[in-house]
Amino acid sequence: MNPLRRLLLKGAGASSALLAAIAAGALKPGEVLAADWNAAAFEANNIAAALAAMGIVDPVESADVFLKAPDIAEDSAVVPIEVSSKVANTQKLSVFIDKNPTSLAAHFDLAGGALPSLGLRVKMQQTSRIRVVAHAGGKFYFTTKEVQVTIGGCGG
Amino acid sequence: MGDPMKISARIKGDAAEIRVLVNHPMDTGRRKDPAGNLVPAHFIKHLTVIVGDRTVLDAQIGTAVARNPWFAFKVTGAKAGDRVVVSWNDNKGDSRTDETLVEATPASRS
Repeated sequence: MNPLRRLLLKGAGASSALLAAIAAGALKPGEVLAADWNAAAFEANNIAAALAAMGIVDPVESADVFLKAPDIAEDSAVVPIEVSSKVANTQKLSVFIDKNPTSLAAHFDLAGGALPSLGLRVKMQQTSRIRVVAHAGGKFYFTTKEVQVTIGGCGG
Repeated sequence: MGDPMKISARIKGDAAEIRVLVNHPMDTGRRKDPAGNLVPAHFIKHLTVIVGDRTVLDAQIGTAVARNPWFAFKVTGAKAGDRVVVSWNDNKGDSRTDETLVEATPASRS
């Protein structure tokens, strides 16, 4: 494995090594994936704050962003969803559950040939919209779907 | 260190289909045990996937991802025999890395 990348993945060396690598031309900035967990976004306790903390400004509802989720969650602790985007140059996908205690569920940086299409399983505390935001060329495109929950999965 | 992940990677059409199943409690910190005590938060924060020499996925994860996280996605430009290396780390500083090889498309049984 590329030792530089391993260093980055381990989070060792932090930003000085990273800047040195970029300066040396060993690493293009576009190849540097999210190094830090966005605590402000993950700890935001409402959807507006979570979107803001993710830097998502003026998202546009788009028919090219897709969310497949059940109408009713059979088990709200394990809700299977599929998220994808046909927006050109989609580089990142963020998944939010508006009414969960913290709205941001996951954020995916895609690179190296990964397609903007993912399956995952989430928890829902109550009936809520699930929201998928595609990041493409500095703009934001989203879709939502409401999923009904009869018994909560987060409080347990 | 956690239990081994289950990783599958197989060429399907013009992309490799990768599936990862991680064994992890993903506790939110809001759940109570049978004695009524809060179970401390314990969840994966990061998961990265490398195929060959390319990082293809870097996921930041919160407590709303279900217990025993499962992810499925596709990567173009991968070929049979490429190494797939998946790593995660969690909020308690635990981490784990597992790997597999991309498999060719199984011969069709017509």
